[in-house]
Amino acid sequence: MTQTFTIPAEAQVSVAFRVNGRGVAVRTSPLRRLSRVLREDLGLTGTKVGCDAGDCGACTVLVNGEPACSCLIAAAQVADCEITTVEGLATRAPLFGALQESFLSHGAAQCGACTPGMLVAATALLERNSSPTETQVMDALGGVLCRCTGYRKIIAAVLEARSIAPCVSPILAGTAVGQRLTRIDGPGKVNGAELFGADEIPAGALAVRAIRSPHHRARFQFGDLPSFLASHAGIDAVFTAKDIPGKNCYGVIPPFADQPVFAEGETRHRGEAVAAIVGAPEFVEAFDETDFPITWEKLPPLLTMDAALAPDAPLIHASREGNILVRGRVLRGDVGRGLRESAVTAEGEFETGFIEHAYIEPEAGFARRVEDQIEVQACTQSPYMDRADLAKILGIPLESVRIIPTAVGGGFGAKLDLSVQPFVALAAWHLRKPVSMVYSRHESIMCTTKRHPARIRGRAGATREGKLLALDFAADFNTGAYSSWGPTVAARVPVHASGPYYVPHYRALTRAVHTNIVPAGAFRGFGVPQMAVAQEQLYDELAAQLGIDPLEFRIINALDDATPTVTGQILGEGTGIRACFESLRAKWQAARADAAAFNANSNGPLRRGVGVAGMWYGCGNTSLSNPSTVRVGIKRDGRISLHQGAVDIGQGSNTIITQICADALDAPMDRFDLLSGDTKISPDCGKTSASRQTFVTGRAAHMAATELRRAILRHANAREAARIRFDAGGITIDDCGKSRTLSLAGLPLDAHGYVFTGEATFDPPTSPLDENGQGIPYAVFGFGAHMAEIELDVELGAVRVLRIVAAHDVGRAINPTLVEGQIEGGAAQGLGLALMEEFSPGKGENLHDYLIPTIGDMPPVDVILIEDPSPVGPFGAKGVGEQSTIPTAPAILNAIYHAAGVRIRKVPATPDRIRAAILAACGGKVSPGDARA
Amino acid sequence: MYLRPATLAQAVQWLSESPAQILAGGTDFFPALGEAPARGPVLDVSAIREIKNISIEAEFIRIGGGVTWTELIAATLPRGFDALKCAAREVGSVQIQNRATVAGNLCNASPAADGVPPLLALDAVVELASAEGSRRMALEDFILGNRKTARRRGEILAGVLIPRRWQDASSSFLKLGARRYLVISIVMTAVSILQDAAGRVADARVAVGSCSAKALRLHTLERVLIGRPAQPGLGSAVSAEHVAVLSPIDDVRSTAAYRDDASLTLVRRAIEDCVRDGRA
Repeated sequence: MTQTFTIPAEAQVSVAFRVNGRGVAVRTSPLRRLSRVLREDLGLTGTKVGCDAGDCGACTVLVNGEPACSCLIAAAQVADCEITTVEGLATRAPLFGALQESFLSHGAAQCGACTPGMLVAATALLERNSSPTETQVMDALGGVLCRCTGYRKIIAAVLEARSIAPCVSPILAGTAVGQRLTRIDGPGKVNGAELFGADEIPAGALAVRAIRSPHHRARFQFGDLPSFLASHAGIDAVFTAKDIPGKNCYGVIPPFADQPVFAEGETRHRGEAVAAIVGAPEFVEAFDETDFPITWEKLPPLLTMDAALAPDAPLIHASREGNILVRGRVLRGDVGRGLRESAVTAEGEFETGFIEHAYIEPEAGFARRVEDQIEVQACTQSPYMDRADLAKILGIPLESVRIIPTAVGGGFGAKLDLSVQPFVALAAWHLRKPVSMVYSRHESIMCTTKRHPARIRGRAGATREGKLLALDFAADFNTGAYSSWGPTVAARVPVHASGPYYVPHYRALTRAVHTNIVPAGAFRGFGVPQMAVAQEQLYDELAAQLGIDPLEFRIINALDDATPTVTGQILGEGTGIRACFESLRAKWQAARADAAAFNANSNGPLRRGVGVAGMWYGCGNTSLSNPSTVRVGIKRDGRISLHQGAVDIGQGSNTIITQICADALDAPMDRFDLLSGDTKISPDCGKTSASRQTFVTGRAAHMAATELRRAILRHANAREAARIRFDAGGITIDDCGKSRTLSLAGLPLDAHGYVFTGEATFDPPTSPLDENGQGIPYAVFGFGAHMAEIELDVELGAVRVLRIVAAHDVGRAINPTLVEGQIEGGAAQGLGLALMEEFSPGKGENLHDYLIPTIGDMPPVDVILIEDPSPVGPFGAKGVGEQSTIPTAPAILNAIYHAAGVRIRKVPATPDRIRAAILAACGGKVSPGDARA
Repeated sequence: MYLRPATLAQAVQWLSESPAQILAGGTDFFPALGEAPARGPVLDVSAIREIKNISIEAEFIRIGGGVTWTELIAATLPRGFDALKCAAREVGSVQIQNRATVAGNLCNASPAADGVPPLLALDAVVELASAEGSRRMALEDFILGNRKTARRRGEILAGVLIPRRWQDASSSFLKLGARRYLVISIVMTAVSILQDAAGRVADARVAVGSCSAKALRLHTLERVLIGRPAQPGLGSAVSAEHVAVLSPIDDVRSTAAYRDDASLTLVRRAIEDCVRDGRA
């Protein structure tokens, strides 16, 4: 008999049900979401909340064995039901153990925020169908979004769950690099134990809620705040700009810092905070914002770059003339002459949209004041930068701020900027109580940074023989209301706009333009993916005009170790771009032939096409210092502490840095204890961005291990060449045929609390760029080339990507599984950029209007790893995190051209845009782009 | 107040006394709340067993309002329901299909409700229960516009009735969205075709969703199809004027011009689908 209720909706009711095989009775309001009951009342934080709308599936649980979104179920509705969460799947052995093992060995969990939902949905499938097809797996998991993996490893993990052999072979000392080790932090990601920003909020913490501008631009005035406070029981405090003890200003690049915690007098974008209320969570959540005493006066906003660049446009920041935040430029040769001397030229104007990061974990965290220190535990990509900004905002010394990064449920660049941190820190500082904040999906999309929309004009020229001669490139990036990473985008793009090719005559000019829109910031590639949409399509047009195969055209022009880049840098060893293209050749020729055969036989609306695009991308900051410092120490019990401050946002730095350090030290992996990026515990490893952690922190880890080795050898009075063995008994040194075991227990501890410590800092060697952008912007570049095969329904303009082949020169794949994970995940974001993702400010601040690829949208990705070692990177490694996103979109767009002969210059290439292009080009009659193919 | 009764009689009695929002599968109810907790009186119909059955009656096949899309997919139903089942599989995701109900889809009255075109193409009738008794009306008349229905205060959509005349129709459902799963359609269409002994179209229903404030039937086209041979090529009977009754808009998902164009293509394809290989 189902339990029935008749009670006041606000009243508490006792609901009895079973969770993970255990009977529970919870007192709750009947309409509270089940997800909250599980997380808040029962402590089952393995169930993640990503959207509260059924759009992401992260909160999937089993209700009487059937998967359902727990955010869409009223507490009273589960009376007498059996609920299974990720924590309870362990009771479904042996199936679940095998599935967890399979997820780990396939690298199917990256950040881990979608993983509980994936595992729950997959368990429901496998219990009913022990050998599902790929389509059945997709149907079963289609309701769970993942932003990291590109889904293919998840599909493989489910398909092979029953056949997986647990990986038990021990990894010998000195052999970790190059091995497909499972993530060190993996177990917590597959059993629900991993703690993200919202998962460890202390009981009794107050909640803070920001009052945000509903208008793109508005003047505002507060009403009577003291009497508001007095008349609202449960609201303990209201904070505004007046309550900020330090500077009401922050920003990721200090010289450009311009963003207030609370706007003063006028707001510059929709969603900008003007005040915050703090109180017990139930009051803060139930608070009706229309009760807040504020009057808004809407002002005319500048919503487009055209409006902002108009001569009479009002200035968004008084000091930034013409609403231009910053310009970037690189000049080389004589672009006018180069274009005049070109046998063929191609030109076009391109446009890309606002892209939302859409990680599954919305921003969350809490702060507490410990005497005169503030501690902030939150999801972040950049603990030390957060520390610097919070110290400034609170007006306290750096040392008084401690940042404790949690596991990060995806970042992709947006968690480099502050989100919840200033609000929780300010409130906890004043109130001396723990204060938490968890962004809703709406809030996360409305007011955190985006990928810069770009408008690009380009003209490229080549000789009759197919040698690139010139590129004239100009791009404007809509940087929104505040600087964020606008300067980085404006600086990075001109350095990269040639693509990985030799271009003797070159001009690239960029501007970051302020508008009254949410700030655009860092997003996987800092403007380079947008740039590649233009540059790689222009080069494709040149190849078509010349009648040269698009892949061969790229091979002809690929940079090598002796040709100068557009900044005059000679890359030297480790320039693997030609190898990337050449590795595609056989598959390319076969796929082009298959597509031509398919099209020749197709009477219906389907056409196939194959496109290619190349990529290069500098690792680390552009001509700026960006050091990492790693400390590694030996404890008295012989275990090794690795202070690994590079925040692992799912990409795998916890594992990769340890692999590097282990091999540099010749120590076994299982000897290491990892210490996180907590600013009180670990030195600064910089931000997780710019594809720098494997390269920069990895190199620092290698150097720190070398220092540690030296310290041990010094102590033992052994030679440099001696071997150190980390065996069961402790440390043994083999030197000149003699072995000596150190008795660690008796040794004194150093200032860091270790018997021996190695610490080292690595800052990549670069040189400043001169006024024409000439110099050495990066010490290492990563290279890659993608090939996309697509099927286009010409009557509907709908594209299905059939396969992506992704070749990347990663120098050395420290962990091939994790590298593939980065490549597949990057390709998925490139596919989204190409085909479906576009955010309209003020509209669709949710995950059903803002579309990211689902499991059914990602084709198989064939990854080809090229290992042309970098002389600078650790064991030759280069970055790959951002590199993997760059070539996918232009490869798909070039494939659309190949299929239907239309160039899509405005992305995303949605069905309506493709169809319109087909109608405009040929009145609906389709001719493939390359008749000879 | 929050009420979760076990019988329809209790539910309509309470509803007659106090107007309340109705909660069933929660898949529209909770997203509409945004971040706020639920307020106001709520009638939770999820425990009412008598609206959770599918039954075959003399004139109708009855789908209880509380039937979920998963239950509908699992039910043994004649082939006229193929398009409806196909639409059911396209509702959100498995997680949503496991909770969302047929009545909820109709009462929420989104222009993009996946269930509406196939039910229109089956000539569905809705049964509305209230303390005064029950009344029936055509689904086509029940949905008035974007988020508007003819449901009166005090009424619960207790069931959907499909005239048995359509149970053996050949049917097709096509949904076009910008991604594979969890997608709100740009355009969708459902077609049902009955043929006579001579292999000609005896009757047809064609409905298009996401292209007007509510899903619409293309009555002119339905009439044009009657009497034509139910065989491949039938789709060529569709012309632009047949879809002119639609009034699509530009929104975040697409443009009006595209919807006009794509609806024509999809309707043609769905009709062809119904007569492929002598299916009709």
